[in-house]
Formats: sequence, C-alpha cells, structure tokens
Amino acid sequence: MALNIALKVNDLDNVATVFAEGVSKGQEVEVRDKKGQSWIITVLGDIPYGHKIALTAIPPNQDVIKYGEAIGMAARQISKGEYVHVHNLDSKRGRGDWKENN
Amino acid sequence: MAATIPEFMGYLRPDGKAGARNFTAVIPSVTCANDVALAICRQVQGTVTYLHHQGCCQLPPDLDRVTETLISIGKSPNVANVLVVSLGCEGTDHARLVEEVAATGKHVEIIRIQELGGVSKAIQAGTDFARRLVIEASSCQRTRCPISKAVMAIKCGGSDATSGMASNCVIGYVADKLVDLGATVIFGETTEFIGGEHLLARRGANPQVGEKILQIVDEMEKRAKSLGCDMRKGQPTPGNIAGGLSSIEEKSLGAIMKSGSRPIQGVLDYPQAVTTEKGLWIKDTPGREPEILTGMACSGAQFMMFSTGRGAPQGFPSMPVIKICGNPHTYAHMSEDMDINAGLIITGEKTIEEVGEEAFQKMLRVLSGEMTKNEAIQYFSSIDIHMLGPVI
Repeated sequence: MALNIALKVNDLDNVATVFAEGVSKGQEVEVRDKKGQSWIITVLGDIPYGHKIALTAIPPNQDVIKYGEAIGMAARQISKGEYVHVHNLDSKRGRGDWKENN
Repeated sequence: MAATIPEFMGYLRPDGKAGARNFTAVIPSVTCANDVALAICRQVQGTVTYLHHQGCCQLPPDLDRVTETLISIGKSPNVANVLVVSLGCEGTDHARLVEEVAATGKHVEIIRIQELGGVSKAIQAGTDFARRLVIEASSCQRTRCPISKAVMAIKCGGSDATSGMASNCVIGYVADKLVDLGATVIFGETTEFIGGEHLLARRGANPQVGEKILQIVDEMEKRAKSLGCDMRKGQPTPGNIAGGLSSIEEKSLGAIMKSGSRPIQGVLDYPQAVTTEKGLWIKDTPGREPEILTGMACSGAQFMMFSTGRGAPQGFPSMPVIKICGNPHTYAHMSEDMDINAGLIITGEKTIEEVGEEAFQKMLRVLSGEMTKNEAIQYFSSIDIHMLGPVI
C-alpha cells in the first residue's frame, strides 16, 4: 500500500496537510516536516486529499496554526488525529455575523 | 559562475516600454459598443477587444475609473495601436481616452456609432481603420530587451491546499528573482491578505507603505462584513473549501507566498500603471478573475503568472497568462490548460527552485513570443472593470 503522507509546513503548526487519496479512520499517516523529520499519527476519521489533520489536541477557542500563523480557532474540542476543516474550525476574520466585532 | 543577465525579444514602444505582444486594441468605451468591437475583431487579424460592462449610468468616481482603466490598457506595452469604439452618448470620457493614449506616441483612432449612422456602418468604418492599424503594427520588429523592462503580474485562482505549498511558492521564487534582476512585479487580491496582512506590512519599504497595506485590508474586510454574514463561501469559495482551505486566513497565508520575500515599494490604485520605480508592488484589487486580470493588465504588465490548484483556465485579451498548477491530479486531468506542473513539488519529485527555474525560462520564452495555453485556445474574453459604487 502506498504511504499516506501529511506535510507540516512550520514548527509552530498544530495541523498538517494530507496528500493522499482515501485516507480513512484507523489508518496511519506519516507526517513530515521541512527538517526531514517524520512520525506516524493514527487518523480518527476520513480525510480527503489536501485536507488537514490535527497533530495535537486543540481545545475550544484555541488557535489552529498552519504556516506558523493562526488560520482560525477550534470551534469545539479537536483530538489528535482528527480531521480539521469548516465543521470544527471557525474563521476569525470577515465575520459580519459576529456583532461584538463590528 | 559568471551569470549572464537574461534578456527577451520584445517590441520597443515610443515611450521606452517593451511589449511581449503586438496587438491592435479595439477598445469599446462603453458596454453598448461591445458588439461593434467584436465584429471588427472577428474580421481583422491581429486585433483584440475588451468586452466589459461599464461606462454609463454610474457615479462620477466610477466613470473616471472606467476612463482611466481603458487609458491604461491602451498604454500597455503589449498594445501597438488603438481603435476606440464609442457609442457617442456614454459617460466614459472618450476624448480623454484618445488624447492620453496618443500622448505615449501610439496611433489612436476613434469611431462613434451614433455619428456614423448605426451599427453596420460603424462595423464597416471600424474594420477599415483596424485593417490599416494592424498593417502598420505588423511592421514592428522584436528587439533585444533587458529583463529589467519586464513587468510581471501575479495571481492565484481556483486555489486549494496545494497552492500555498507548491504553485504559489514557485511564483514567489520567480518574483524574488525578477526583483533582484531589477524588474517589476505586481501582486494584488487584497481580500486574500486578510489574516496575513501583518506579514506583508512588515515588508513595506517604509512605514507609510506598511500603514497603507493595513488600511486597504481593513477597508476590504469592512466591505465584506457590511452584509452581516460569515464571508465563508464568498471567500474562501466553495471550491477552495472542497480543496481543503478552511478559512480566509488559511487561503491568505497560502496566497501571499506568491509575492516572494522582497520589500514592498507601495500600493497602486486599481487603474494605475507602474511608475519608473522598479521592485515589488501591490495593486488594490479584489480576487475575482475578470476584475483582477483587467487591473493587472492596466498596470503595464506584459504577462501574468497565475497559480491554481483546482484548475482555473482564465486569460486576458492582451496579456498572456502562464498557468502554474500545484495539484498533481489537476495537472494530469487539465494539462491542456496548465503551462507548468508544480504538482511535482507535492509528490516530492522536484524542488521549488527546480520548478521555479522552469517557470522563469517559460516566462522568457513567453515574453519573446511563445504562446501560453490560454492564448492558443483564445480563452480570454471574460473580463470586467472593478467598480466601487452602484449602477444608477
């Protein structure tokens, strides 16, 4: 079976991007960083190609970090190995629906 | 190693700029003149037209913006000469359009549909003018031009998770190389600075530039928030979301990779052409293709490097667009629309530098006349001018 690869862009990141087709619950992915280090994480749910996996547990309202920068915050508790996308990540910008920010 | 300074074969214009193409531009001064301009273009080889939807029943600042955008398109180095097609009663200042393009030393003609007695008569008169203009333009010869005369526009569209990790990095490599060689690079898509604006502001050549970057992002975000909703689905688009981008912040942080790492000299207004000052510039534009392509073409860019993950095939009539595809699956599926395969970075087969050099060589060939894939199939008519106010 082909290796399932996920790329971590920056040391500070708590998510990596999966570049493999059909990664599903219970499978392992090999996370690689730019320094050539790699390690294995078990996936908790199906993750499509190009989508993100949590490298650590991320508590609610904590920043989700990619490129070493916040790309939003956890909308609820996210576990290590969980699929991270619009269902559990809230954007913090362009939020006309958040009255307190207007 | 003794590095030779790259050159390209371009058309030297009377104002000292160098063109990568040699078109007769048939410019409708108002949307009502589109069909006449199109009929002329279908008949006369060597012409291009710009089928936009503006020029009348708009507030004065927007009418000025239309006039100034069309002037900048006429002044573009890829344009040899110009035929303006006017209806006659529009809001665009067509007299100013003719005058300011002619001031660059280019031959400019104008026809007015109402004055000539209607559509068919205007098509006939315009066709005769256009024939003379293309014959005149066809005698221009390409000459050696230093790379410092190159002006590159950059853009990403149909982004997915590969864009910020492969294709945008390739464009960033080319952008840095061009800036270091004394050329000019322009990037835009102000919406896609949201979440990454602090990184760009730090690269301002002086504190005023940094302030200006923060200001244009704040204005863009306020416009987005004014409708009282989450901007997701507008930005990032449903396609971006399907491609793995979860928020505007994530999209932006990937998008700004294409600007490379050099200092930012300043912010250009939408219709504004680049000044004589070289280096990296920002143009304040939205991200949508028809409007940003027009804004970039009127910067004086001879070509655009366009990064995509999901497969955006857009082009512009007088500005070749080099497609850099970051997603290996999309490249395999849409290779007839994609010029460079940056998906090999994702698969680990090539480095950013290797694909960056490949893109740089392609750029030199395109500047010297080689067609891009979008030019060859003439996929470049869907354009428009970005407006600020309502149609009234």
